[in-house]
Amino acid sequence: MPEKRIHLGSGRITPFNLVSGVIIVLGLMITVIRYTGGLAAVTRLSDYNPWGIWIGFDLLVGVALAAGGYVTSAAVYVFGLKRYHSAVRPAVLTGFLGYALVVAALTYDVGRGWRLPYPFLVQQGTTSVLFEVAACVALYLTVLFLEFSPAALEWLGLKRARNLAVKMTMVLTIFGVILSTLHQSSLGSLFLIAPSKLHPLWYSPYLPVYFFVSSITAGLSMVIVEGALSGRYLSHKMDPAHLADKDQVALGFAKAAAFILAGYFAIKVMGISVGNHWNLLSTPYGLWFLLELVGFVALPCFLYAIGVRERNLTIIKTAAVWTVLGIVLNRLNVSLVAFNWHLPAGERYFPHWMEIGLSVFLVTVGILVFRFIALRMPIFYEHPEFEENEKHSYSVDR
Amino acid sequence: MDDMFQTLQEFMAHTDGATYLLIIGALIGIGGFWHFLTQRNGDE
Repeated sequence: MPEKRIHLGSGRITPFNLVSGVIIVLGLMITVIRYTGGLAAVTRLSDYNPWGIWIGFDLLVGVALAAGGYVTSAAVYVFGLKRYHSAVRPAVLTGFLGYALVVAALTYDVGRGWRLPYPFLVQQGTTSVLFEVAACVALYLTVLFLEFSPAALEWLGLKRARNLAVKMTMVLTIFGVILSTLHQSSLGSLFLIAPSKLHPLWYSPYLPVYFFVSSITAGLSMVIVEGALSGRYLSHKMDPAHLADKDQVALGFAKAAAFILAGYFAIKVMGISVGNHWNLLSTPYGLWFLLELVGFVALPCFLYAIGVRERNLTIIKTAAVWTVLGIVLNRLNVSLVAFNWHLPAGERYFPHWMEIGLSVFLVTVGILVFRFIALRMPIFYEHPEFEENEKHSYSVDR
Repeated sequence: MDDMFQTLQEFMAHTDGATYLLIIGALIGIGGFWHFLTQRNGDE
């Protein structure tokens, strides 16, 4: 497959490249304004609303949707589901880029990027949940980089370094699962400090559990969405084995996502019961909560189940996109919509267009870098020089 | 609804009792859902 070199759109003026180019230029302009004029020049953040969409979307949603890396690695290397092996590299790449962009977004929000190592070197604050999130994200980004490195090293032809990196796979996977469990849940724990600010329907002592369980469905769904998009736009880069496994991966992951979504729905309902918040369901916020719970948890769960039973990939892909949108809605609800819900409308936060512009810029950068790497490195195919090696380790693993 | 409870004990007894019933319902429901999800596997 790699000998068949097709340069899809690269070096040509296509609508995609043109729109991406405009977004990149706009994003760079916003970057200059942010770093010269400060947060006030580009955001509507205030003392009431110190966290805007750069945290609510770029960080909370970004981390959840990047969960495909640890979910897929754990399924293949820890649980031994080798039939999903072809999904590991694309999922790890998506996860790595997702976390890299999370850190990039954080530097925009924090402002002084060179101070990011401060929590580890200058002021530890080890009792803070935020410290744990910072430590886990920093370590997990490193783990994802190392997990991704075999593809880059194969591309560069560095055999010894590549073999060394492959040997670390199991250790890295276990470390990655531990770190993900810690920080995916800790992102929910961040809101435990604000029971009076977060609407009771979203606030729960089980927020860390909700964030962790929903991250698994987010990861599974993102692998299906990414697989569908790659199958459509990068299929010429896939080898026969990858093309053959693609549908099997979607079906298997859809079954897992349906089951976990059912569990997530159940524990969300139990959260209402534990807080005895049934009476709040008939309020406007309650209806919004029900929309999230029924429309973006129960409905995709049912769609996944139908898709798996009927072996219908169109339904499965629809359910995957629906679930991803549900995760976006949930994280925005927790961090923005239901946060400071008691404040008068004039004091509520609505993002500045430049905040939205920067988020679009970062997502576009992620897509472009993914395309750049997928078109050059062995992500969707086995590198010919390492194919036998891979097959050997694959058969030994089985 | 909030007027129903005079003490924390009453509140906890009510909410925990309702939640335990929900947990039983969820376990049965999830078992049924798993059967629904994997039913066709056996047919093939």
